[in-house]
Amino acid sequence: MVAANTIAGLDQSRAWAVAAAVPDPEIPCVTIADLGILRDVELMDGVAIAKVTPTYSGCPAVLAIEMAVEAALLDAGFEARIERVHSPPWTTDWITEQGCEKLRAYGIAPPHKSSNSKMALFGETVVACPRCGSSQTSKISEFGSTPCKAHYQCDACREPFDYFKCL
Amino acid sequence: MSTSPALALALIALADDHLILGHRLSEWCGHAPMLEEDLSMPNMALDMMGQARNLYTYAGQLEGQGRDEDDLAYLRTDREYKNCLLVERPNGDFAHTMLRQLYFAAFMQPFWEAAAATSSDEKVRGFAEKAVKEIAYHIRHAGEWVIRLGDGTDESAGRMRDAVDALHIYTDELFCITDDMKQCVEAGILPDPAAMRAPWNQTIEHIFNEAFLTIPEVPFPQEGGRDGRHTEGFGHLLSELQYMQRTYPGMTW
Repeated sequence: MVAANTIAGLDQSRAWAVAAAVPDPEIPCVTIADLGILRDVELMDGVAIAKVTPTYSGCPAVLAIEMAVEAALLDAGFEARIERVHSPPWTTDWITEQGCEKLRAYGIAPPHKSSNSKMALFGETVVACPRCGSSQTSKISEFGSTPCKAHYQCDACREPFDYFKCL
Repeated sequence: MSTSPALALALIALADDHLILGHRLSEWCGHAPMLEEDLSMPNMALDMMGQARNLYTYAGQLEGQGRDEDDLAYLRTDREYKNCLLVERPNGDFAHTMLRQLYFAAFMQPFWEAAAATSSDEKVRGFAEKAVKEIAYHIRHAGEWVIRLGDGTDESAGRMRDAVDALHIYTDELFCITDDMKQCVEAGILPDPAAMRAPWNQTIEHIFNEAFLTIPEVPFPQEGGRDGRHTEGFGHLLSELQYMQRTYPGMTW
């Protein structure tokens, strides 16, 4: 009994590790676990059920992510099923510390933490340049290269960069 | 009595608002006045489409007739769409489009907030929690433009005033309640649209003050979309929206 439990536990953590290693298709420097959109992987009757949540309702990458997770689990020898969950909603607070660091190193300014306070109308936030660290930056566009990013430029080093919008 | 049939119909009306406004925004793709706006409008359109998909899918399940999101989005006739008239109004110039977005977002924000906080339906709550965060960006973006144009040159301010004259008459319908919605409100599943009037007024007044715009008197508000009575441009919109499914039935990507 103990042994069977342990094996199941090992399988479960292996299934998690396999799904967690799937990179985000649009920001491949981070995994879906770094982003916090992989909610859970459980084994039920030998089937790995991965629960994934979208970043945005209309995120076009959702389907690609779900297919990639399923493919990764199948490759690792699991039968797999993907469930899309909406609640609790994803916010940028779900991005791990490690994920934020990877984003910064990749040239994307990570979101500010504690998004739960409602963003004030026309509220201004200071976004630090991911290249030189300067806080002298200007917003170029509220909407950037993907739905989850805004477009900024650093006034110090003049480098344009993406800012992962705080949700 | 089960509220499922009423909820399905109420959610379809809500989904139609999002689908149609999303489609109108997507018409700007490649035509926006600047590159940043060419990104922003399809981005907002994506939010709208994503929210519509969630609502259609759930409505289809509640209906239990095997209709999925695509059947609901693409295979109904014009009278079966229950979106409010505001969202189907043609894009006009950029001022019209931004004002239409502001009017709608200023309604949806308190609506989703209330649904996220109080809906007795777990799925509706989940969609609302997600959408309320997205809509905050839409208000901010559209609001900033309304202020910039209203407080801009004579030309931009004139265009903004024209947009107010053209669109304000359609805003009353946002707060109307259908029989289906009423059942859902009484069952605690959806918030009462009429209760959004005060927060909506507050947002619009705040922005109009900064934009030097005046909220007009509307002696004859226009409505009818919730009953399936649409404006002339709607048929043209649908013919484009449904073209692929009507021409190649059952096609998939």
